[in-house]
Amino acid sequence: MKASKKHPNFLSKLRSISKKELSGDSTFKIISMLVACNVFVVLGLMFYEIIQNSLLSIQMYGAEFLLGTKWQPFPPNPNILPSFGALPLIWGTLVTSAIALVLGVPVSLGIGLALSEFAPKSFNYIISFFIELLAAIPSVIYGLWGIFVLIPFLQANVYPYLQGALGFLPIFQGTIRGPSILTGGIVLAIMIIPTVSAISRDVFAAVPNSQREAIVALGATRWEKARIVMSYGRSGVIGAIMLGLGRAMGETMAITMVIGNSFNLFGSLFEPGSTLASIIANEFTEASSPPVYVSALMEVGLILFALAIVVNALARLIIWRSTRKIKEAGMV
Amino acid sequence: MISLAYLALIAALIPLASILVETIFRGLSAMNFSFFLEEIPPLGEPGGGIGPAIQGTLIVVALASVMGVPIGVFSGIYLAEFRQARIASVARFLNDVLTNMPSIVLGILGWTLIVVAIGWSVIAGAVALAIIMIPIITRTTEEAIKLVPMTMREAAIALGVPRWKTTLTVVLSSAKKGIATGILLSVARISGETAPLLLTILGSRFWFSGFTQPTAALSVAIFNFSQSPYRLIDWPRAWGASLILIFIILVINIIVRYATREKYGWANI
Amino acid sequence: MSFKIEIENLSAWFGSKQVLRDITMKIKENVVTAIIGPSGCGKTTLIRCLNRMHELTPGSKATGKVLLDGEDIYGEGVDPVTVRRRIGMVFQKPNPFPMMSIYDNAAAGLKLNGVTDKRRLNEVVEKSLRVAHLWDEVKAELGKSGASLSGGQQQRLCIARALAIEPEVILMDEPTSALDPTAAAKIEQLIRVLITDYTVIIVTHNMQQAARVSDFTAFLYLGELVEYGSTKDIFENPKSELTEKYITGEFG
Repeated sequence: MKASKKHPNFLSKLRSISKKELSGDSTFKIISMLVACNVFVVLGLMFYEIIQNSLLSIQMYGAEFLLGTKWQPFPPNPNILPSFGALPLIWGTLVTSAIALVLGVPVSLGIGLALSEFAPKSFNYIISFFIELLAAIPSVIYGLWGIFVLIPFLQANVYPYLQGALGFLPIFQGTIRGPSILTGGIVLAIMIIPTVSAISRDVFAAVPNSQREAIVALGATRWEKARIVMSYGRSGVIGAIMLGLGRAMGETMAITMVIGNSFNLFGSLFEPGSTLASIIANEFTEASSPPVYVSALMEVGLILFALAIVVNALARLIIWRSTRKIKEAGMV
Repeated sequence: MISLAYLALIAALIPLASILVETIFRGLSAMNFSFFLEEIPPLGEPGGGIGPAIQGTLIVVALASVMGVPIGVFSGIYLAEFRQARIASVARFLNDVLTNMPSIVLGILGWTLIVVAIGWSVIAGAVALAIIMIPIITRTTEEAIKLVPMTMREAAIALGVPRWKTTLTVVLSSAKKGIATGILLSVARISGETAPLLLTILGSRFWFSGFTQPTAALSVAIFNFSQSPYRLIDWPRAWGASLILIFIILVINIIVRYATREKYGWANI
Repeated sequence: MSFKIEIENLSAWFGSKQVLRDITMKIKENVVTAIIGPSGCGKTTLIRCLNRMHELTPGSKATGKVLLDGEDIYGEGVDPVTVRRRIGMVFQKPNPFPMMSIYDNAAAGLKLNGVTDKRRLNEVVEKSLRVAHLWDEVKAELGKSGASLSGGQQQRLCIARALAIEPEVILMDEPTSALDPTAAAKIEQLIRVLITDYTVIIVTHNMQQAARVSDFTAFLYLGELVEYGSTKDIFENPKSELTEKYITGEFG
């Protein structure tokens, strides 16, 4: 191990080429990998705990839980078992989410287009900031605003006309309530706008300029150009919509505060209702007995958890594939 | 047709304006000096303040950050530095799925893990919030580290610095701004969370009394006040608490936007 | 003069693509050896094999031997980190650490390897900046960011940074191609001074630079060593027709 004689130096103990000791690199890799695996631990624990805690309810009610329409933790007659059924909750979740998509997606796409195609770049910055602010507002404050500002407004200025114009449809019939499914859907729509519009904007912006130029060279108007961009980013937009759906389904506080919290299989959008998330928020802390009550709420949570995973995983897959496709197409 | 797009913009900004304006006006009229300092009275009783709620939020968020930030940052480092590993791709995908998990489900996890063992407590709330924070910080850290150019790493490696040391010193230091903004944004996010806290810290009217005890929080207080039948007394309190909460969150967001302004070509603000 | 580095049958791949074919050459100590050749001939890969940076690229491979003072740096159990402390590198685009000051940049190699003695650090920083012909220009502003210097100064800072850990060999990958002619000339002067204490291997696509600066030249083409000899011989009397064609600018 001949050390160099030419220059004295401060690192003489490193002068000779040495054997590899316990490699710092592999230790680092292993430790950071273990930390990164927290995600497996968390998801695993969630699966385990939620399923374990729902077992009681699953055993007692089986598949009827998904189709049941009664929610009676404390039956008047002590000889009857409590009954729990999740159908109105699933129904409430799906309908409010659907309303959120119907109202929120067009607005989000409009914003996404506006930011990626039409607006001057400096505008972009300020507007993006405001959209982010919309996302930063906590759910509970949306709920508060929903109760004290939105509902009175809708009840006075919108719902009566809505019923007047569309009252022939069963979904718009019946007594108009402020806290209702429709209000829940509207609040959710506002809440998903930041997510869906931001992703749409990114998806549209990812469309290579060469495609835009090609279309414009063929004499397209700005609107036609926008339509091409949208069709290009179609699968990315679908992914964004699914993410918005995931958000809407999982939303808890704002919905709880404006939906009326009534357990019913509603027919009209003006009726109050409940969602999977809202019932948990409302009843969990009080549900100490009987044990099957907590378990039933857990099972509700399980349904929500399963829905969230499926929708979000699908959404991510779609978005990932679409941005890859757009990039590949751009390289043609 | 284009005007429709702009109309959409306006449609989105009106609720934002309304929320901010209403919160500011209704909140201000509910606040006075004692609002920050005094204990929360029972529903319907006038006077007092929401001091414990502010304190509670700060404590739970701080504890959650202590747990969540190191885990999140290290996970982000792994995903960025060892991108090719099979585990990394799976972990990244699951991480993204976790970022969109309904927070009430994470509250349930906090309940089953901690509350069942030691009761409604600050720790349970902090754990639930940490679980929300970690995936967010992981992703933002990964993005920040990916931006560090290869040339910088090579410069250090060529000096005979081992790979892991290069990551922990040169790379991390270069990415620190991006990492910090990610952390700040996730702190803002969890400050406003309500559902997981309802299921873990339960809420309280009193000042902090121990990590294994329930505590108050701004978000929970807002919810409780809003459900109170005493409209004249409690509803204004909800707005006052909202104003404080929004203020904290807004300040953090503005700081972050200001710090990242060069990214968007607005370096001269 | 002895041979500082002896390369024996060095071959290198990126994945399945072979970029170096069976290179064998001996590099003399305390001289400047230039590696020239058209784009893609493997010259950068060659020097990156000399300080074991080639293997950082995922999917890369290298076989053969590289002897530094008689020891194979690719030998069993050799830690590449220690190799890089004896064989330093300066890159094409100057890459000082922007978040560090000039002082910290120069001291980076030592600090990151655990040296904390302030006095020694000061000595080393001053010495390396002097050797790099940068001391006089920056001595009053050592605290300024490394990125605040001009291109040529940044490159000299990178050279100082490499010198500070006292390597024996300095590899330079087209060190002046990103610089203006004045700055480039300063670096070339610096290189001629460095060989009193170091062995310099420089990759360049600029033949005039190779002719100006080096004592020995190796011509690479498509991963093979076509010709290697004293710079005078290569440029005035090339043995291979390929070399002659490249030198006269017929391709490349």
